[in-house]
Amino acid sequence: MSATADVPFEPAAPGVGRRRGVLRGVLGTPSGLLGAALTGTLVVVAVFAPALAPYDPFAIDGPVLHPPSVAHPLGTDALGRDLYSGVLYGTRTSLVVAGTVGVLVLLIGALVGAVSGYAGRWADDVLMRLTEAFQVLPRFFLAIVVIAFFGPGIDRLVLVLGFTSWPMLARVVRAEVLSLKQREFIAAAKAHGASNVRVVVREILPNALPAAIALLGLVLAQVILIEASLGFIGLGDPNAMSWGYLANEAQRFLRVAWWLPLFPGLAILLAVLGLNLLGDALTDILGGRR
Amino acid sequence: MSWGYAVRRIAQLIPTVAAILLASFLLIHLAPGDPVLALAGEHGDAEYYEFMRDKFGLDQPLHEQLLTYAGNVLTADFGVSYVRGRPVLDVVLERLPATLLLTGAALLLSTVAGLLAGVFTATRRSRVPDLTVSGVLLTLYAAPVFWLGQLAILALALGAGWFPVQGMSTAGSDATGLANAADVAHHLALPAIVLASQEIAAVGRLTRVGLRDELDSDHVRMARAKGLAEATVVVKYGLRRALAPVVTVIGGRVGHLVAGAVIVEVVFGWPGLGRLLVTSTQSRDVPIVLGIFLLVAVTVVVANVITDLCYAWLDPRVRYR
Repeated sequence: MSATADVPFEPAAPGVGRRRGVLRGVLGTPSGLLGAALTGTLVVVAVFAPALAPYDPFAIDGPVLHPPSVAHPLGTDALGRDLYSGVLYGTRTSLVVAGTVGVLVLLIGALVGAVSGYAGRWADDVLMRLTEAFQVLPRFFLAIVVIAFFGPGIDRLVLVLGFTSWPMLARVVRAEVLSLKQREFIAAAKAHGASNVRVVVREILPNALPAAIALLGLVLAQVILIEASLGFIGLGDPNAMSWGYLANEAQRFLRVAWWLPLFPGLAILLAVLGLNLLGDALTDILGGRR
Repeated sequence: MSWGYAVRRIAQLIPTVAAILLASFLLIHLAPGDPVLALAGEHGDAEYYEFMRDKFGLDQPLHEQLLTYAGNVLTADFGVSYVRGRPVLDVVLERLPATLLLTGAALLLSTVAGLLAGVFTATRRSRVPDLTVSGVLLTLYAAPVFWLGQLAILALALGAGWFPVQGMSTAGSDATGLANAADVAHHLALPAIVLASQEIAAVGRLTRVGLRDELDSDHVRMARAKGLAEATVVVKYGLRRALAPVVTVIGGRVGHLVAGAVIVEVVFGWPGLGRLLVTSTQSRDVPIVLGIFLLVAVTVVVANVITDLCYAWLDPRVRYR
């Protein structure tokens, strides 16, 4: 137990009561409810894809270019592969990329934003210029350059998108830190001899993170779109079934198979819409200055 | 807008461009194996490897290589593509007009249509048209560009037959002058609309929010009280002040537009930089990929600076910290 444990400057970590309020707030609006439902479905499908999919997405085991039917609810492609299974497994790839990029973005954004906002002065200046430079960097093109050098693959894609998608989060965390550090409970913590690192990690970050997490939904929606776009132009990971890969395959059969472009794109639309709506709803409740 | 702000904002270009150069240089050397193979691919001949080694100064110490590389890039010398057997700059310049036409048309279209959509939704007091347009904008904002393109081809080109499916002009056509321009415009319509759709949504949402706030403000209420026509009130008193943030979005989204152009070019077989980039990446034609990346990155950075300057000019309160 530390010396400051019994001091009553409580409102540091968001308590259980506040969390319930957030949940009720999100589910209480139609758009928030829709966003939460879509995002929830996305996660469930991604986790249980092997159980939900009737076929192996790469297995050649159906009639060729068959429109949607009972046996193949979303039809089959030019090799006789089941599109429904492909879309389900594609959810997995999108969510793995978005999830790992999300962790990276949250770590870098929180670090840069916290140091920038708390240290102030020249550190703030340098870090904010750096943030602006990263913000204008064309992520999509940088990802293509990396693929040209290293070949396609999920690992390098995650690294490129993770190391270039954090600026918005850093700005939000910085703005939160700037307003939090003026508050009384921070002064109280300092008065009790808490070190700067402790103040930031224990008192400021837990209060700054909700706004960052709300924004994360919007950032990850963009990441899913970029991942799908790279897949569409044939630069996705060849070993993973993905929505972009399916859309790329569909391009050659537009004249004969309308179902091939329709369903993978619809899945992307629902995923991105869900994350956007959920992010918007969370931002409305948790705040967050951009 | 103060001159000090303008000068400092423009001076800020230097470290940003330097960072872009450094990042691309690091990638060349981070790539596995000999940098000359990373740059030139594995199927070149000895003479070409020697040429690239010389061009990028790969025999020199690293810091001199960086200087050589920066010098080359700043003089728009991106080396020679082995796959195409031509200087990168020549290949890129050849494809540039098609992409400029596509993105320019989309930028114009998204600005006009986005403003119209924003004004339309902000001025409806009944909820149904507002909700409908808002819903459409939200959906457009979330839809992948290639999907919109594929659906547009299915419905409007293959289905209704109103537009050509692929390309920039009718194959084998020897039309010149006005007839040719009409043919290109006919081919341009669908890709430009698809490319603009997301920006329409972005501009529309922002205009709507800004205009709503303005229309509820005191000076607009005052204008209404004077008995001015509603259209005059909206345009002269509301829109003028709601425009400033819209400008930042239009300029700031040049990057999105250029990235979207890559996708749209692939969907519609548009013979621009985007398709060149995709085929070059697939064939590991790195000099071309790197050249296009540098060109796009610098363009986006400059577009952002221009946007900031316009914004500062529109809103004199902006000051550089």
